[in-house]
Amino acid sequence: MPSPSMRGLLITLSKAGSRARRAAPLVLLPVLLAACAPDGGGGIQSSKMATIKGRGKLICGVDGSLPGFSFVGPDGSYSGLDVDVCKAMAAALFGDPGKVEYRNLNSSERFAALASGEVDLLSRNTTMTLSRDAAGGNGLSFAPPTFYDGQGVMVPTASGIKTLKDLAGKPICVESGTTTELNLADRMREQNIPYTPLKFQTGDQTYAAYLQGRCVAVTSDRSQLAGKRSSFPSPDAHTLLPDVMSKEPLTPATVNADPVWSDAVRWTVNTLFQAEELGITKANIAAKVAEAKANANQADLRRFLGVEGEFGKQLGLPADFVPKIIGAVGNYGEIFDRNVGPGSRLKLDRGVNKQWKEGGLIYSPPFR
Amino acid sequence: MGVTPSSVPPSGLGAGLPVPWWRNRRVIPWVVQGAVGLTVLVVVAFLLGNLVRNLTAAGLLLSWSWLNQPAGFDIAETVLPFQASDPYWRGLLAGLVNTVRVVIAGLLGSTLLGSLLGMASFSGNALLRTLTRLYVEVVRNIPLLLQLVFWYFVVFLSLPNGTAAIQLPGVVLAKSGLYLAGFGEGLRWMGPHLVNGVWQAPLRWSVEFGALLTGLIAYSSAFIAEVVRGGIAAVPKGQWEAASSLGLSWLQTLRQVVLPQALRVIVPGLNTQYISLAKNSSLAVAVGFTDLYSVSETTLNQTGRAVEVVLLLLGTYLALDLFISLLMNGLNRLVQIRER
Repeated sequence: MPSPSMRGLLITLSKAGSRARRAAPLVLLPVLLAACAPDGGGGIQSSKMATIKGRGKLICGVDGSLPGFSFVGPDGSYSGLDVDVCKAMAAALFGDPGKVEYRNLNSSERFAALASGEVDLLSRNTTMTLSRDAAGGNGLSFAPPTFYDGQGVMVPTASGIKTLKDLAGKPICVESGTTTELNLADRMREQNIPYTPLKFQTGDQTYAAYLQGRCVAVTSDRSQLAGKRSSFPSPDAHTLLPDVMSKEPLTPATVNADPVWSDAVRWTVNTLFQAEELGITKANIAAKVAEAKANANQADLRRFLGVEGEFGKQLGLPADFVPKIIGAVGNYGEIFDRNVGPGSRLKLDRGVNKQWKEGGLIYSPPFR
Repeated sequence: MGVTPSSVPPSGLGAGLPVPWWRNRRVIPWVVQGAVGLTVLVVVAFLLGNLVRNLTAAGLLLSWSWLNQPAGFDIAETVLPFQASDPYWRGLLAGLVNTVRVVIAGLLGSTLLGSLLGMASFSGNALLRTLTRLYVEVVRNIPLLLQLVFWYFVVFLSLPNGTAAIQLPGVVLAKSGLYLAGFGEGLRWMGPHLVNGVWQAPLRWSVEFGALLTGLIAYSSAFIAEVVRGGIAAVPKGQWEAASSLGLSWLQTLRQVVLPQALRVIVPGLNTQYISLAKNSSLAVAVGFTDLYSVSETTLNQTGRAVEVVLLLLGTYLALDLFISLLMNGLNRLVQIRER
């Protein structure tokens, strides 16, 4: 659900409230449920940040069942690249990466949950698109992409399927309400390949149906396919087709209504990128801060680490938000390696997710 | 009791005069229902008007032009031909047709099974009686969503696939669905056959449809069985005894003496169950069947038109349920007329 409509609705409800307080819940109950806990946006002060700080914890919308991105471990703790963005944000706000409450959202629920204020931040492998960004569409505000992905297709190795053409007439499992669903339709239409889309509401249902053999292929972001495959009983029995069907920049999102909050999220993500570029890691952050404090000539480093300047104040964050973030989750490279890179079960290549200096797309605007 | 609307009032009190309309039992229900309907309409109109007025003020007036935009998604199983380049409204219509299809089949199936179960609970056979009770108690105490997931993932998706599928002459039951022989292209008689590892046949139902239908029938029939049992139990024991003293068999008693009287109690209860079934069909999304709710969900995600899509959805399910009520009220009148 888009935030503009939702905002309109909230205005409507609050105006109608005095006149039809008793009747409104009867008819608009379903809508009301989605719209409860509203956060009035706008103003010079960020009411969203005031709400989060008052609450004492960040509420972060994640997938919750996607290894490498957001996954609940046996002990109930969350881990993954998307989760680390939540942790970084909590570290920036409170100096404590643990002050996050996670909400598992499916792809259909996610925008409604964000628009209604149920979650503060959506860090849930969400593709940035025009219509999701536009005020007349879903009305989201996107941070920089944290993972540049593309849509792929996974098939059982034994099926002998090598290209999209081999999927003619076959059932393909897909999660409903995703860009994946539309891309699949577009690519198959372009190439004039008939197929049967089987749509499921959650990723778990989609992959369960695939594993049960109801569809000969499942399509999603390639990273997600790799992540899911790593949790299959026999990961080697499944192959990713070489076809990349789309661009999928996976991006944390906030509602468009609160630019102060959106900026804080944007620069928290940039912090992760910039720290990697400067070679600042979780291990050496304390030493770097000490170095910056000792040497007044290192102006760039001093500003970045909050030793001098007012970056924190301008964003509504503590002055030392950068050291807190890096001290909690490390830089982008560390996050990548730990969750999806060679050091993880997914073993994904950095690919286009390398730093710009190495020919990748990870690029932070200057901290200035 | 027994005063029909057209009967002459007792003499002495305006004898010979027609009954005034405010005491006419044919008029009163219409007046009451009309008043209630009007009140609801006014409240809804007020709220909708309010919504439109304030959305306009916010520059977000309800817009329906997106209905004519190309949908861009595909639907697996449709009666109406649909492709990705067709507009949203056609997609929603195809979804509605799928919903109506499963609801009609579900109503027929659950009525049949439910009635049999309800009657069986009065059987002289203790085993049949016990099994019926067991079925009803188990099925109606497990959430429908769980049952649907069970039918789909555990039962239907365990079916063999491809050449290993269960094959009978003219019938194939595979993991992908049920295939029946029929008249295919050019009115040629065709049996189920494999094309490129996928079964094809003139008549086919997917396992998603099958799982949803089975789940709905199994669930609703348990409730309908209780409604039928209640209706039969409401017929005085003397009727059974009178019938058996006339030498009627158990089945004859049920069919000719008890059921006609029980129907008066059963039909209103059935109405509730039918409406529930129609609403429960929206759980299709859990088993991958593309019904109205599923298409709406995709549409909502793609267009961002939340208020409009939800309004459409609310209106459609409301209309569907009111239509079922209308039919059932008609049936109710039919069985009531036989009274006395």
